[in-house]
Amino acid sequence: MPVSLSCTGIARLLSNILVIILFSVIAQYNWALSADAVKAITTGENDDRIAALTKAMTSPDESLTRLIDALLDDAVKIADGRAFIVRDGKAIDAVSGIEVPLPSNAEDIINNNRVRGELDAAKAALSLLSTDRNVRAKAIIELKDAADEARLPLIDRAIAKESDAELKAKLQQLRAAMLVASTDKSKRLDAIAALASSGEPSVKSLLQERLQPSAESDPEVRAALVGAIKTIDGKLVWGERLGVIFSGASLGSILLLVALGLAITYGLMGVINMAHGELMMIGAYTTYFVQNLFRQYLPDAFDFYILAAIPVAFAVAALVGAALERTVIRWLYGRPLETLLATWGISLMLIQLVRSTFGAQNVPVENPSWLSGGVAVMANLTLPYNRIAIIGFAFFVLLLVYLLINKTRLGLFVRGVTQNRTMASCMGVNTARIDTYAFALGAGIAGLAGCALSQVGNVGPDLGQSYIVDSFMVVVLGGVGQLAGTVYAALGLGVLNKFLEGWTGAVLAKIFVLVFIVIFIQRRPQGIFALKGRSAEA
Amino acid sequence: MSSISAIAIPIQRTSLFSNGVRRGLVASLVLLFAVVPFLPDFYVTLLGKIMCFAICALAMDLIWGYTGILSLGHGLFFALGGYAMGMYLMRQIGRDGVYKQDLPDFMVFLDWKELPWQWTGSEHFFWAMILVVAAPGLLAFVFGYFAFRSRIKGVYFSIITQAMTFAAMLLFFRNETGFGGNNGFTDFKRILDIPIATPSMRIALCVITGLVLIGFYLIARYIVQSKYGRVLQAIRDAESRVLFTGYNTLWYKLSIWTISAMMCGVAGALYVPQVGIINPGEMSPAASIEIAIWAAVGGRATLIGPILGAFFVNGAKSWFTVAFPEFWLYFLGALFIAVTLFLPQGIVGLIRKLANKRGQS
Repeated sequence: MPVSLSCTGIARLLSNILVIILFSVIAQYNWALSADAVKAITTGENDDRIAALTKAMTSPDESLTRLIDALLDDAVKIADGRAFIVRDGKAIDAVSGIEVPLPSNAEDIINNNRVRGELDAAKAALSLLSTDRNVRAKAIIELKDAADEARLPLIDRAIAKESDAELKAKLQQLRAAMLVASTDKSKRLDAIAALASSGEPSVKSLLQERLQPSAESDPEVRAALVGAIKTIDGKLVWGERLGVIFSGASLGSILLLVALGLAITYGLMGVINMAHGELMMIGAYTTYFVQNLFRQYLPDAFDFYILAAIPVAFAVAALVGAALERTVIRWLYGRPLETLLATWGISLMLIQLVRSTFGAQNVPVENPSWLSGGVAVMANLTLPYNRIAIIGFAFFVLLLVYLLINKTRLGLFVRGVTQNRTMASCMGVNTARIDTYAFALGAGIAGLAGCALSQVGNVGPDLGQSYIVDSFMVVVLGGVGQLAGTVYAALGLGVLNKFLEGWTGAVLAKIFVLVFIVIFIQRRPQGIFALKGRSAEA
Repeated sequence: MSSISAIAIPIQRTSLFSNGVRRGLVASLVLLFAVVPFLPDFYVTLLGKIMCFAICALAMDLIWGYTGILSLGHGLFFALGGYAMGMYLMRQIGRDGVYKQDLPDFMVFLDWKELPWQWTGSEHFFWAMILVVAAPGLLAFVFGYFAFRSRIKGVYFSIITQAMTFAAMLLFFRNETGFGGNNGFTDFKRILDIPIATPSMRIALCVITGLVLIGFYLIARYIVQSKYGRVLQAIRDAESRVLFTGYNTLWYKLSIWTISAMMCGVAGALYVPQVGIINPGEMSPAASIEIAIWAAVGGRATLIGPILGAFFVNGAKSWFTVAFPEFWLYFLGALFIAVTLFLPQGIVGLIRKLANKRGQS
């Protein structure tokens, strides 16, 4: 019988059906699930159904597994208080397992989110008894989030059967997690002592939940809980702090890359480029293209495709940028609102162009082997290599841009044209050409950002859209006219975002950051580093 | 902004019902009452939908074309009106939903036991209608007050309005905020206890939308011809000068911004029962920018322009998405570029130019 548990998918289904057909007649007594239990699980109020399911889980068997699987697949129908499992057009009685004709008045069962969650947890609990080690390990992880004392007998049985030492230790911890909610005080204290030795964040949140007044009233147990949380905190706190700072720096470096290009096109030239995100997308797709070329023609050097992709992505995006400047943006200087609309139109066309050429789906870009994996610094802190590489890359690009703007002749011209176009022109600077170069430079940096993004995120036609709002926020916050503001704003926003995420979750964090920026602009409408003097009001 | 100031403002003060306007009004009323009832269902819904968009374009024109403030967040006001109406329609479903309960289905699915606070009273039509204008109006007032007070203008204002609608979209996508998450509100059955999916209801909604559009057109016409409207146009052309002349531009900008948002809210409320769904997609930054392009294509700083623009762009959209779905984004993108580069005054400007040429020759 266990054979049917170890397989998955269709194999499990087929073996289930086979087992059912073989045993349905000769092994009637094996079906411990009573007709009443099946009825209680499948019909009535949600609360009662969950209670019935919990009760049935104390003596699990084959028919319960089958029923739960079927319920999760929406393959159960009820008629006259009897439940039928309908698969491939054939109906079997959920109690006896014998194939029967489906009554004409059979109705679907509707499971809401809560019932579904309970069913998932029950399924995981049943997998604890599987013969496959991986299935058991997975089940333990799944059950961690749904610890409940009612499943204790099942865990006990699993512990007794478990031969693997590592899994056994995990099961003991799971058992302790369930016992924390026990009605017996000494059991609770034991469980808390057992849990204190763990260094895992999920255990801590479990203990914290117990600390709520509604959950735990006994002062002695409360003291033990506080002590245990402190012990775990000590282990966790540094890893967590560093983790937040690292992911903040990682997000910040991505924002920095995205915003650096904008700092040139918007910050220096005053052009609102809504197609900036699409230039990034072009960079990412170029990386994809280069990757495919390497795979086809230079499979031995595949690990180094990314090094070739960086200059190519820059060049392609810069060329597209130069073409856009020459054909469209050039005619709109000094009309920021019109530029905004025209570049939005460009972005729509670029998105559709990529969709028609590469398809609407995301394309796969692989990390080279030396960028995959990560370095484990602490128990709860692993730094992925690709993110470390991007942080380094962002500062490398920043350095290059700084040198280019401040130390080269081209940079001098760009600054000159920005400060006083007429005067620069009088001195013999070809201002129109400088505009094209500067815009192409900004676009090329967007291409680099796209190349970097392809290593950590999805590459698809909508890639640019998801960053455009963030990156404009960086530029607005940093202020127009110089690079330093952009750098501080990008890193600051990245870290702030990640810190808030720890408290409030990703979406609310994003909303808070946007609200923060709106309020910040109230105070300092020109950004962190405002230009002072007459030019600021222009 | 210099380009807008080039648009000539007619100096002579025309009456609210000039000959041309009167003729146009009669024609559109005839169209609404005599032709709409005989159109096939598909076109009735399409026409109703486009007229909702035309209201948005008109609202956008008041704030952008006449006051020079480009909002990239009008989709949010549209959606807020839509959500207020949508919740009323959800409550009208009553116990006919999948779960046969008083609460809307998505709340039952999330295992909620009672209605979230913001939807208190949403089963009353009257309160829902107040919400339709109050929610966008209030948000616009608060947001606008802080933005205009610190003299945020130009692209800065555009970008933070875009951030505003983006943030709201993220918020509405969440299941726990009580706005139905991804799916939004749909599956409506009745409005004012009358079944909603009947041809006669469709015609009625379409005619009402048309009347509201005409009403808003007249209101907008009254606004831009009044002294108040002249100050708005002065703000657009030279705000500093208006300030130095002694006007407090904050209240002028804030009031027209709020009025514009409320108009969009009404448009959203009319839109939802006709298309039968409202979801956070309406708040995406792209949807808001599209409103701007309707106004720009038709012709900013004219009142008939945005309405024509909404009809032109959305008519093209419904034709393209059926005939050449691949090319719709190319067309829309090209429209953005062409209008800004070659047609700063839109269709109306083009027609005027052609008419002038004919008059001279």
